[in-house]
Amino acid sequence: MNNNLKILINGVIKENPTFVLLLGMCPTLATTSSAINGMSMGLATMFVLICSNMVISMLKNVIPDMVRIPAFIVVIATFVTIIEMFMNAYVPALADSLGIFIPLIVVNCIVLGRAEAFASKNGVFASIFDGAGIGMGFTLSLTLLGSIRELMGTGKIFSMTIYPEQYGSLLFVLAPGAFIVLGYLIAIFNKLQHK
Amino acid sequence: MFLSLSIICLTVAVLLAQVNKMTAKPIAEAKAMKLQNAIKEVVPAFDNDPVAEAYKMSVAKGDSLLVYPAKKGEEVVGYALNSTSNNGFGGEIQIMIGFDMENRIINYTVLQHAETPGLGSKMAEWFKNEEKPSQSVIGRDLSQGTLTVSKDGGTVDAITASTITSRAFLEAVNKAYLAYSGSKEDARSGVTEKKVAESSSDKSVEVKKEENSHE
Repeated sequence: MNNNLKILINGVIKENPTFVLLLGMCPTLATTSSAINGMSMGLATMFVLICSNMVISMLKNVIPDMVRIPAFIVVIATFVTIIEMFMNAYVPALADSLGIFIPLIVVNCIVLGRAEAFASKNGVFASIFDGAGIGMGFTLSLTLLGSIRELMGTGKIFSMTIYPEQYGSLLFVLAPGAFIVLGYLIAIFNKLQHK
Repeated sequence: MFLSLSIICLTVAVLLAQVNKMTAKPIAEAKAMKLQNAIKEVVPAFDNDPVAEAYKMSVAKGDSLLVYPAKKGEEVVGYALNSTSNNGFGGEIQIMIGFDMENRIINYTVLQHAETPGLGSKMAEWFKNEEKPSQSVIGRDLSQGTLTVSKDGGTVDAITASTITSRAFLEAVNKAYLAYSGSKEDARSGVTEKKVAESSSDKSVEVKKEENSHE
C-alpha cells in the first residue's frame, strides 16, 4: 500500500506530466481558457489513464511485443470513445466547450506513454495507482493553469467574480496567455522542486 | 499475433456497441432538449411542438433556414428561426432567433460559433443588453429596414474590437427576417410554399445589394 501511495504522489509531483515531463501540451494549452474547462479535461484524461492502465497491465502477457502499440491504441481509443459518448449524453454543454479535444485524448502522449513505460511492465494495482497519480497531476496542473488564466483574463475563478471584468487582461484567455502562464508555472515548479 | 490483436478488436467492438446502445437515446434527448430550450427562450409561450412542425424556408439560392412556428392553440404567436452566417471571424455562426407577429425581435441565442473568446464570443450577451439600447437588437422592428452596424451607417453598435463578428451576426439576423416574412406571408395568404420561397429569394437579392453598397 505504501508503495502504491508513493506511485500516486510520484505522478503528482516528481513526474508531473505538465510541469516536469512536459507531455500533452496541446490539450494543456488549448483547453485551459477557464478553470472548469481545464479541470474537466484533466478528469476525462484521468479516467482514460486509469482504465487503459488497468486493462493494459492485465493484458500485458497476452499481447505479443510486435503488436503492442496497435493493441494499446485500440484499448485507449475504446475508453476515449466511451467517455465521449457519456459526456455527450449527460453533460452536453461541457462536451460542446471541450469539443475536439475529447476525441484527441487518444493521441495524448501521456496516455500512451504511461501504457508503454509503466502499465506494460507492472502489476494491475500499481498501474491503477500510476494512472490515478499521473491523472491527478494532470488535472491539478490544468485546473491551476485554467484558474490563473481565467482570473487574469476575466477576473473570475470557476465563474465566481473576484474582481470586475474590465480590469482583466484578455491576453491571458487567448493563446499567448497560455504559453506565458505555463512558462511561469514551470519555472516556479522547478524552483520549488530543486530546493 | 494476428489472433490476439483480432480478439482484442472484437472484444472492443462488442463493448463499444453496447455503450453506444446505452447512450444513443440520452444523446438524442440531450440534443432535442437543447433545441427545445433554445426555441423556448426566443418566442412567447406556446403549446404546440415547434420541432415537429418545423419546415424549411429558402432565403437565397441554395440557402434555406429552418423555421419553428410557435402556436398557442391554432394561432401563431411567433417564429423561431435557426439562422447562420458564414462570415464570422472564425467561420460559421449559428443563432436561434425569435420574432413576434409585428416584425420585432423577441430574443436570440447563439447556438454555435468559433469566434475569439472574450471578444467575438461576447455576442451571446452583447446584442441583448437592455441597458444599452444602441447595441441591443431586442424589440427592433425589422420591417423598418435591415440591421447594420453603426460603422456601416446602421443603428446597431458593434461589439468593441469585433466588428466582423458583429456584421456576421447581423447578417444572420437579417437572413432570419427574410425567412420570417416569407413564413408570415405564407401563413396569411395560404399560398404554396414554393411561391413564397421564390418571392423571398427576390428579397434576399435586394438585401445583398444593400450590403454590397455598404462596403
